Amino acid sequence: MKDWLDNVPELTVKGQIKLPYTWSVGEVGSKFLVALRDEKKFLGNRCSTCNTTYVPPRKNCGMCFRDINEWVELADEGVVMAYTIVRYAYSLQPAAVPFAYVIIKLDGADVGFVHIIKDNLDKLKNGVRVRASFKEDRKGHILDIDSFIIL
Amino acid sequence: MDKIAIVGVGQTTYKRKRQADIFYDMVYEVTVKAMQDAGYTLDDIDNVVTVSNDFLDGRTISCMAVQEAAGAHDKNVSTIEGDGTFGAFYGAMRVLGGFGTTLVVAHSKGSEGDPRVITNAMFDPIYHRSLGLDAISSSAIQANAYMDRYGLSEEQFALVSVKNHKNAQRNPYAQLPLELTVDDVMQSRMIADPLKLLDCSPVSDGAAAVIIANEDRAKKARTKPVWIKGVAHCADAYFLGDRDLTDPKALKDAAKRAYTMAGINTPIKEIDLVELYDAFSYMEPLWLEGMGFCDPGKGADITEKGITALDGKLPVNPSGGVLSAHPVLVAGLTRIIEAVLQIRGDAGEHQIDGVNTALAHGLNGPCGQSHCVWMLGRK
Repeated sequence: MKDWLDNVPELTVKGQIKLPYTWSVGEVGSKFLVALRDEKKFLGNRCSTCNTTYVPPRKNCGMCFRDINEWVELADEGVVMAYTIVRYAYSLQPAAVPFAYVIIKLDGADVGFVHIIKDNLDKLKNGVRVRASFKEDRKGHILDIDSFIIL
Repeated sequence: MDKIAIVGVGQTTYKRKRQADIFYDMVYEVTVKAMQDAGYTLDDIDNVVTVSNDFLDGRTISCMAVQEAAGAHDKNVSTIEGDGTFGAFYGAMRVLGGFGTTLVVAHSKGSEGDPRVITNAMFDPIYHRSLGLDAISSSAIQANAYMDRYGLSEEQFALVSVKNHKNAQRNPYAQLPLELTVDDVMQSRMIADPLKLLDCSPVSDGAAAVIIANEDRAKKARTKPVWIKGVAHCADAYFLGDRDLTDPKALKDAAKRAYTMAGINTPIKEIDLVELYDAFSYMEPLWLEGMGFCDPGKGADITEKGITALDGKLPVNPSGGVLSAHPVLVAGLTRIIEAVLQIRGDAGEHQIDGVNTALAHGLNGPCGQSHCVWMLGRK
């Protein structure tokens, strides 16, 4: 059985799965993305039981298992809590490498917000302050924030 | 809990690409191996759990393509989409629930898809997926946070890679047996700071299977049963920003529950060996902390002191670990198999003397969102 493979490689079949989806953003997520799009503002929301301010906002608190009803306007600035500088490129990245992924604690929030930094990567370290930079053409999408800028 | 045991194991060798095998071939190979190991025939298998992932396989309901290869054409067959440790957990529950035996089989081929695109799909499509996050970049953020919190160095992580690739030289199933120095790891290509090529596990193809039996049916096996003394899993929050990435609290919870079941009070004294899911070098010390073998921030110290070496007090990943072969989903089941072989005394060149109690560990999700901890014992 194996002998004939000495001269002929096993064959492969190429394919690609491309599936369109339209994901609902939901009531709370829509309010968040509309505020980004129309006002360049970050809206979080606060659980009245544990006082955690979430961003992106949630309809309910997974820890307390309660509905969340209180909206909080957050700053467009915050502090870098953790980061990596990505050196490898692949098709789904939103920027040319090298760029950084950062977890940012926005002023007024209690959880981290994940986004990217493109410029001045040599100045990037944990604890630096950053500010959101918005795209001119905003669509109600998380990439309406172009990136964060190191202050 | 009733007494249940692992009575048969089987694994393929792990390779970058197994072009000669389709999924079906790999599943068949390890199913036959596990049955031969146990001295069972298909008639001795009461039900089957397959472990697969549609994105990895590139087909929906991926489990349905391998059920005959798992000997399940006339059996109750069910599926877990997640790491093999979770598949085995379900298999164990089926035995506790009344089946005499369960065969659990996992397969995957990293070589056939694009691991970056596939792991990107585990993130939230509204807020995170379009950022291009994948398994490597999210883990690199965790490594950065871990180093920052405890003042750890990249060299400390590199030492884990040196140790595990060296251990792999004694394991004929491992994909990357390598003789490395800390310098070699430090000089390897930067992938996503602070992770360099040799801090990362490879892309792998392979399959693995275990057979779990109740006490009565374990007597029919030709192997000495390895008893499941405790097993538990727990999950942390989905969003990375909601978690403290330096505090593996889901692992702490899972380990605590598994230890309670197994009657373990002081893990470092009572556990002889650990096989854990080191997809990246930094994960080994972080998970050791979560398992309670040392204080938070001290996981790297115990490797530096030689405690986790083959001849140390607590050998960790004598097989070479996930750093030396990373068939996704299969890798956790491999950790269970390695723990079983060590307890039985069948681990060959990487056998550790006198293993009575071993911990096997698997995880699911970015940065170890959920963890599954197995306590296995000779008695």
